[in-house]
Amino acid sequence: MRVALMVTCINDALYPGTGQAVVRLLRRLGVDVDFPQAQTCCGQPMVNTGYLDEAVPLVRTFVDAFAGYDAVVTPSGSCAGSARHQHSIVARRSGDTSLEEAVAEIAPKVYELSEFLVDVLGVTDVGAYFPHRVTYHPTCHSLRMLGVGDRPRRLLEAVRGIRLVDLPGADQCCGFGGTFAVKNADTSVAMGADKARHIRETGAEVVVAGDNSCLTHIGGVLSRQRSGVRTVHLAEILASTEGAVAR
Amino acid sequence: MSATFVGMPAFPTAAREALADSQLRHNLAHATGTIRAKRAKVVEEVPDWEELRLAGAALKERALLDLDAQLVRLEETLTANGATVHWARDAAEANAIVATIAKQHAAEEVVKVKSMVTQEIGLNEALAEEGIAAWETDLAELIVQLGDDLPSHILVPAIHRNRAEIREIFLRKMAAAGRPAPADLTDEPAVLAAAAREHLREKFLRAKVGISGANFAVAETGTLVVVESEGNGRMCLTLPEVLVSVVGIEKVVAQWDDLGPMLRLLPRSSTGERMNPYTSMWSGISPGDGPQEVHVVLLDNGRTRALADEVGRQALRCIRCSACLNVCPVYERTGGHAYGSVYPGPIGAILNPLLRGVGHDDQIDSLPYASSLCGACFEVCPVRIDIPSVLVDQRAQVVDAHRAVSWRSVPKPEAAAMKGAAYVLGRSRRLSLVERLTGLGVGLARRFGLTAWTGARDLPEAPAESFRAWWERTDGGRDASGNDAVDPAGPDEDLRKGDL
Repeated sequence: MRVALMVTCINDALYPGTGQAVVRLLRRLGVDVDFPQAQTCCGQPMVNTGYLDEAVPLVRTFVDAFAGYDAVVTPSGSCAGSARHQHSIVARRSGDTSLEEAVAEIAPKVYELSEFLVDVLGVTDVGAYFPHRVTYHPTCHSLRMLGVGDRPRRLLEAVRGIRLVDLPGADQCCGFGGTFAVKNADTSVAMGADKARHIRETGAEVVVAGDNSCLTHIGGVLSRQRSGVRTVHLAEILASTEGAVAR
Repeated sequence: MSATFVGMPAFPTAAREALADSQLRHNLAHATGTIRAKRAKVVEEVPDWEELRLAGAALKERALLDLDAQLVRLEETLTANGATVHWARDAAEANAIVATIAKQHAAEEVVKVKSMVTQEIGLNEALAEEGIAAWETDLAELIVQLGDDLPSHILVPAIHRNRAEIREIFLRKMAAAGRPAPADLTDEPAVLAAAAREHLREKFLRAKVGISGANFAVAETGTLVVVESEGNGRMCLTLPEVLVSVVGIEKVVAQWDDLGPMLRLLPRSSTGERMNPYTSMWSGISPGDGPQEVHVVLLDNGRTRALADEVGRQALRCIRCSACLNVCPVYERTGGHAYGSVYPGPIGAILNPLLRGVGHDDQIDSLPYASSLCGACFEVCPVRIDIPSVLVDQRAQVVDAHRAVSWRSVPKPEAAAMKGAAYVLGRSRRLSLVERLTGLGVGLARRFGLTAWTGARDLPEAPAESFRAWWERTDGGRDASGNDAVDPAGPDEDLRKGDL
């Protein structure tokens, strides 16, 4: 099986550690993951702000980069959702039927990390070790657009040393929402403040999620509050071992 | 009601004001939280809820795709039942029809069933200009009307008011509108309801003309249906001699049996009740019983415009249950007034632009962006309106409308930024070059700009190198002994770290 890592633009630029964790984790599970270097961004920021024409070249780059792979794995529910559910809209807009066909070919092969681990590899215990009190925030697109369900939770429950605590109001949006975070900054921050309050109520040292974009927002609020709670991506906890515990 | 939504600021500005009102946020969080929990509980009881949703969506969709034929059929059956059918293209036509009927009967006042569509067209204000008083008889609408206020929720329009505020409004305003509130009025809900009941009773008994909307209009039988909880609707529909119902053309369902799924879906989704308390159905005139003159005004007012929108037309399936408002994290914090329309919340964020079109009013254009696209609305919608997808499509229409207008002029900063990003992200080589400046970018943002972000949120530290640079340097982590990025100390390290 030829497996490609779709690292996402935000992880590429700001959170390389998350991409490295996916690589380490998948190799540990016997998957020789490749990183097609032509990849850039799935185009979601443009699509969700209404700039469909601007997303066309990005979708072209996407299908060129990932053509021929059996599976495309990404540590982002939101970007997986964009590739699976929005690329067809952009392709239709372009009027280019070959692009539409290429999208139809690749879209179903895109997996969010927890989907790939549980559904394709069939594992929930990935041999991870993370000795901390952790609460899990299910991000909206992974929860509602992809329907990852309890997969991330099952993966986390199998981690050795972890103390997983329930997050009150877990399924409420953190308030990030892409450009919503700046176009409607006041509302976004009000939502983020409530999310941060719930996280702090759990007494967790770490809040984990499958999307670094949401964690940037949540972490930004937590950091401004000097809360001491860290944000860590799901991939980094799953890649963490006794020999190298994720920071 | 003297208050008006006309001239409301765009959503971000209106939201900022609402967010600053801690009493409002407290009222909203409490009220939406309560209804949300009630709905979740009674929906969970129904094992075939998903099948019901599919059935509800399908039967509304069928009626909409066959709307021209269904409406003609509805006119025929209503007429055969003794009702008079009027067609109104817009608010002005509908208001004029209702005013004319009221004047024919020399009515100086009318009693009203709670109705979204008559608020949409501003009927009360239009009748007031003709010297006709329109009395709202739903408890919450009465509170809004007496308080010269605006509705902030589809189902519970006074959701932004608590009982102390309601007592205050009743004491100050009831006397001018009819029977005054008792002097010893307390803020006990039962006492407040009793005062409203006394106040309204004389209006029910006196009014010659009743005005309603309709939740459903059955083409097969010429039947209108009103679903309500207080019995005030039943009074308005049965006591006056003349009944005028203003009905949006999207309310039509093909057949009587279609009411089955709808009447199961609606109460559980809206009030969290298993069954609706007062469901009134009438098919034209019943000789010797109830109003002997029945009018139905079929209103377009942008609905055919919405119907022509391939992605957006599903919004016309809406049965105004307001489940989407109650689960919306944005609505919960800003309340309904921030949306600047009688249709607030997620459904309002798509319905207003669909009914009125985008590209000519900043307030309307701001609505599709009043969402984090979290998808909670779609999850609860009883007729499966994919609101997030419609929001994204409406955003594209907003952008396109401005593209068309201003292709020659200077583009908005956002449009320029998107074009720039599209150029950089079009090729990985360009992205790779720009990523060398990530630290610089984060540092500049931290110091000089992006206050929309940094006002209340810290920015993350920029990494020493991008993932793609690490992959290239270490041959995908195979070269290095450790897999993690090492800090490539260099002359521009400070820039990379963002410590400007």
